[in-house]
Amino acid sequence: MVMSRQAHAITRRTFLAGTAGSTLVMGLGTLLPGCSREEAADDLAAAGASKRFSPAVWFEVDGTGGVLVNIAKAEMGQHVGTALARIVADELGADWSRVSIKHVDSDPKWGFMVTGGSWSVVLSFTMLSQAGAAGRTVLIEAGAKMLGVEAGQCRAEGGNVVAGEKQVSFAKIVAQGDISRTFSDEELAAMPVKPASERRLIGMATTALDVPDKTTGATVYGLDTELPDMVYAHPMIPPTRYGSTINSIDDTAAKGIPGYQQTLQLTDPAEILQGWALVIADSFPAAMKAADAVKVDWTPGPTAAVTEAHILSEGEKLAADTNSGVLFVDEGDVEAARDSAADMLTSTYRTSTVLHFTLEPQNALVEFVDGVFHIHAGNQWQSLILPVLAKSLEVEESNIVIHQYYLGGGFGRRLFGDQMISAALAARELGRPVKLVFQRPDDSRFDCVRSPSVARFDASFDTDGALTGIEHAAAAGWPTLAMAPGFMGTGVDGNGQFDGFSINGADHWYTLPNHRVRAINNDLAQRTFLPGWLRAVGPGWIGWGVESFIDELAAKTGEDPVAFRLARLDATGKNAGESPRSVGGASRLAAVLKDVAQRSAWGKALPEGEGMGIAVSHGQERDKPTWTACVAHVSVDADSKKVSVKKIWQTIDCGTVVHPDGARAQAEGATLWGVSMALHEGTEIANGQVRDQNLDTYTPLRMSDVPELDISFMESNEFPTGMGEPPLIAVPPAIGNAIFAATGTRVRDLPIRL
Amino acid sequence: MIQFKVNGETVTTESPPDTPLLWVIRDELKLKGTKFGCGIAMCGACTVHLDGAATRSCITPISVVENAAITTIEGLSSAEGKALQATWVEEQVPQCGYCQSGQIMQAADLLSGNPSPSDADINEAMNGNLCRCMAYTRIRKAIKSAANGGEA
Repeated sequence: MVMSRQAHAITRRTFLAGTAGSTLVMGLGTLLPGCSREEAADDLAAAGASKRFSPAVWFEVDGTGGVLVNIAKAEMGQHVGTALARIVADELGADWSRVSIKHVDSDPKWGFMVTGGSWSVVLSFTMLSQAGAAGRTVLIEAGAKMLGVEAGQCRAEGGNVVAGEKQVSFAKIVAQGDISRTFSDEELAAMPVKPASERRLIGMATTALDVPDKTTGATVYGLDTELPDMVYAHPMIPPTRYGSTINSIDDTAAKGIPGYQQTLQLTDPAEILQGWALVIADSFPAAMKAADAVKVDWTPGPTAAVTEAHILSEGEKLAADTNSGVLFVDEGDVEAARDSAADMLTSTYRTSTVLHFTLEPQNALVEFVDGVFHIHAGNQWQSLILPVLAKSLEVEESNIVIHQYYLGGGFGRRLFGDQMISAALAARELGRPVKLVFQRPDDSRFDCVRSPSVARFDASFDTDGALTGIEHAAAAGWPTLAMAPGFMGTGVDGNGQFDGFSINGADHWYTLPNHRVRAINNDLAQRTFLPGWLRAVGPGWIGWGVESFIDELAAKTGEDPVAFRLARLDATGKNAGESPRSVGGASRLAAVLKDVAQRSAWGKALPEGEGMGIAVSHGQERDKPTWTACVAHVSVDADSKKVSVKKIWQTIDCGTVVHPDGARAQAEGATLWGVSMALHEGTEIANGQVRDQNLDTYTPLRMSDVPELDISFMESNEFPTGMGEPPLIAVPPAIGNAIFAATGTRVRDLPIRL
Repeated sequence: MIQFKVNGETVTTESPPDTPLLWVIRDELKLKGTKFGCGIAMCGACTVHLDGAATRSCITPISVVENAAITTIEGLSSAEGKALQATWVEEQVPQCGYCQSGQIMQAADLLSGNPSPSDADINEAMNGNLCRCMAYTRIRKAIKSAANGGEA
């Protein structure tokens, strides 16, 4: 919600189509001030795009009928290019076997570039559909002329314009040449987008375009890039994220290592890097060896002694102070409800530090040539790091180009490209391309981790034992405050600013008589490490507290957890939903809840030591909800207390499912991420940095612990919403609630340790 | 100088004998399909075949591969290897894909010694290969499908 307001400036959208050589180039985007559509169309045709026109969608049909769709989103496993291209191709009437995709660089013409928040489909769908429909209109107009019929008699399908018995291929239309056409914003808005019944690609089975190369080793990730004459760089990570200073560097012992060149001490004007040095060598093995031999003497920053316990204790203190934080939700009067309460229930939920642990470690290859920094690295949010790089390098953003590659995992780690800074500084200083590679422990120490968090709930009950209100206070380090303060939200009373990405999910769809949520920044966390956005972000840990506490409330009032939830998912008032994205509101959450309860035979008798737990989620944000409900079936060993997840059911309503198998893959992966974060992974801050830095002690889920999965999608033609993160959220609380059902023990900390 | 075979071709390297095989494969031979993940043999992204056996190249010094035959994902040509690559596409296994070269090399080693592995056999063979996207259910399915449908 915060993002969409800022990301899309008020501009006049336009659609351009023009022939360039033997290719028909089409784009939907914004004309830059003072430029005419005709001028922009000429530029688009001549050069693909220009400073006159910023295409948000840009695709081409070549003289053989091949369709190329440019993708400005990062590919990190979600097969995003396939999903986005199918939306365009469906409207266009293209032959899918002739569609290909290209991931573009960070040229400003692409506008705001970010891949995160499970936003790609939900925020692009309308634009992609209209662009495809506009392209179809252009091809039909040209094709109709060639066929000697009225455009109204034609349709586009399978890469042809068809009128009755007659047809002409896109290839022939394009080869005929000389198309020049524009549509205004009004014309685009009125563009006839296909009804669901006429779709031929959206919602149909297909395979992902990026998969085959990923089985042969041919896919090129950032780590795989090379340039002639490059040197290798190995980071020397300071003992604290902030405030460390280098007193001296002694590389005597490294000088005998063949291939060692030197150790560079870095000064970053943006102060993202503090107390950094880079070991430079001819090869990466030499750099690794030299990094072991070089002795850097640091004076650590002020947080060198901070521990996880300190941060959690600070969070608990803040959450207990009813004056702390910024109001995120304030409905009714929780204080009055508390003052008149006959009974109260207070619980505190905590989560520990979690690493991104992208399997491809952080890396960047930078070449500084003719005053321009060419940065080769996979990245999720080019528009965030470009201004940071400009500050660090003291150049204009136009002097920096980020060349995109496949990402060996994103999960939010690559929303920030802070690893690029050191390589860029070194590339300029050395006058040679620099290939920076992190070893795993350095990658972990420099990670923008998921902050430890504390959520406190105070529920009030009347004399009949009925729930009258909930106050929810959630404290953590805030990634958006640290990295993108322009995207902070303002409190509902107009006071203070909060990180929506650290509190979303607390604004759930249950109708409560009185409800208050305070979003609290844990300043000690903020000062100790760089908090990051990790897959499912705020809802990933907010949901742990909310859905576990709802279960506690149901237990206290003696109600069945499903019935307790359904009674409050009444879709009234603000929970009625809004067209198009959240149409149906809480009734859709109730529907997935009922479905998963039915499919899992909720309530059935289970053997001693086993239990089922349930939880729901509305995904990342209220205004673009993906509705999920999850049941976990666990067994807990009576002696060892080991928790085994036997099976997980999920029912998901993400509206129209654009790429069904891709959505299912995301649901499978996100579900297992939920299992992993509930039971298998988690670390802690010790001496100012993460304690567990590699797989010897950091232990994500492995194949042997994978439970049976039963995932089902609701049939829907509603507006499509995101799938990368939402299916994660309900999994940990479903597991915690199942442990309660199995043992009577309420678990309140992630990772769960009995 | 150390000499060995990679994907059937004889190669030599002047790198020091303690150099990890991974970096010779990637940076000297320019075969980038083999990946760097953890550096301590616990993620499996760097898995290659050393005289036919799945081996973590990130901790294998080139001194021990003298005259040995290395196979990387680029040179995988065994029947089971080809079957796995096909079922990996059929089952749409890869997400980010970064671990998949290692997964396929590990699975090829499994199938070469055990043409019809049970779930337990698959878990045991594959547990050392981390998939951070957690595409595990599809990895297992693709292995079973290759075992049943392949020439094995």
